[in-house]
Amino acid sequence: MSASEQATNETSAGYIQHHLQNLTFGQHADGSWGIAHGAEEAAAMGFWALHVDTLFWSVLLGVVFIWLFRKAVRQSAEAAAGDAPPPPFLNAIEAIIEFIDNNVRDVFSGSNPLIAPLALTLFVWIFFMNFMDLIPVDWLPWLAHTAGIEYQKVVPTTDVNATMGMAITVFFMIIYYSLKIKGVGGFLAELTMNPINPKTMGIPKLFWPLVMAFNFLLEVVGLLAKPVSLGLRLFGNLYAGELIFILIALVFAAGSGLVADGLQVLFGEHVPAWFLFLAFMTVAATLLLNLRGVLSTRNTLLLVLAEMLLIGGLAFAGGQLMHFVWAAFHLIIVTLQAFIFMMLTVVYLSMAHEHH
Amino acid sequence: MNINLTLVLQSIAMMIFVWFCMKFIWPPLTKALEERRAKIAEGLAASDRAEQELERAKVEAEQIIKEARQQAAGILDQAGQRGNQIIEQAKQEAVSERERQVRAMEAEIMQAQNQARTALQKEAVELSVAGASKVLGREVKAADHEQLLAELIA
Repeated sequence: MSASEQATNETSAGYIQHHLQNLTFGQHADGSWGIAHGAEEAAAMGFWALHVDTLFWSVLLGVVFIWLFRKAVRQSAEAAAGDAPPPPFLNAIEAIIEFIDNNVRDVFSGSNPLIAPLALTLFVWIFFMNFMDLIPVDWLPWLAHTAGIEYQKVVPTTDVNATMGMAITVFFMIIYYSLKIKGVGGFLAELTMNPINPKTMGIPKLFWPLVMAFNFLLEVVGLLAKPVSLGLRLFGNLYAGELIFILIALVFAAGSGLVADGLQVLFGEHVPAWFLFLAFMTVAATLLLNLRGVLSTRNTLLLVLAEMLLIGGLAFAGGQLMHFVWAAFHLIIVTLQAFIFMMLTVVYLSMAHEHH
Repeated sequence: MNINLTLVLQSIAMMIFVWFCMKFIWPPLTKALEERRAKIAEGLAASDRAEQELERAKVEAEQIIKEARQQAAGILDQAGQRGNQIIEQAKQEAVSERERQVRAMEAEIMQAQNQARTALQKEAVELSVAGASKVLGREVKAADHEQLLAELIA
């Protein structure tokens, strides 16, 4: 898409780096507090810094999640009071609830009222955060740029802090429930008597500490691998997805620079983002008119083709097509990764609840 | 890609959202689902029951109709018989009435005959007395007359 806000850092590398830089708030080297300008400054801030964009978008999406589901609760109460059939929105929410409920029931054998709400929150929240990836990569940063904010990373799950933050919370839950259900002794036994059980193997008592130390090493690595794999899997998938979107946008921007001479005549070297936004809205409106039954499908296809040719030339079509294909594929990743994070959380907590 | 305070705040945010979901979202929604499920099950059971009831009512209705038909047939039969009976009875009554009337008539006729005969006899006696008086040239005495008459009638 547009590279208009990239006027300051022209190169592809600069464009990519700019896109991968969080809006970091922290203490500058000179002791003053403020927003970091550039990656070096952000790195120099150390641990006591905040990714404002990550927190803003994740909390906003969490609030959206809560708002949507509270709305469903309200509708559900109304439907029950009025003895009316549930409205479509409530049906959709209930489908999600049942989906989560079934999955948790299948995996989690114990009874803990926390698990299902935890799974629901994680699934929907992470899905929303991942979904931000499908908003064309330049839009929100461009809006932020117009508002005077230099950096904006809108997908919280492409920030390792967000994913590891959630994974570590899950990790503490694993430890907490392991200790609570199995007791300190039971938990320690699980860590030291597996996978080589000296008791059943008939190993002389003299060597037990050695075996147990070996077991402990293995098990602790396994235990620590849980949150690390949980957090990094989500981060890696989304980060890679984001990167590919950025690359597609780059290729497309370069392509339109080469082919769409007409646009360059109109707008100069950089096609402004508002024009591309307008183009998007035109295509969207055409498709919407078709869905409303105003336009026939044949006319719609012709019109969309004409619009795309008009807007940006063949490169635009190529870029849009690549963008669309990757977005369709990424939609699977977005959902799947949210589901995997949820399922693994439930599985880990189920293991923490198992009594040996 | 620096690990920083964001991690801790994200963790806190997650815990708050999970707490909120556990407190205000999951229980009411699952409860509503459960209630609706129970209601639907109840409704289905009620419709099942109603269907069975209907089936039973149908059988019952058929039974009643059959009985009613049988009864009606019986009543018709009876009515026919009764009608025949009444006709028979009326016939018999008519016959007996006729006989009675015929007998009464006969008796009346007989009586009238007797009366006529008596009157005729009386007249004949009177005529014969008058004749005899004329023949005898004198009046038969009234007492004789009465006596003669009585002898004649007897």
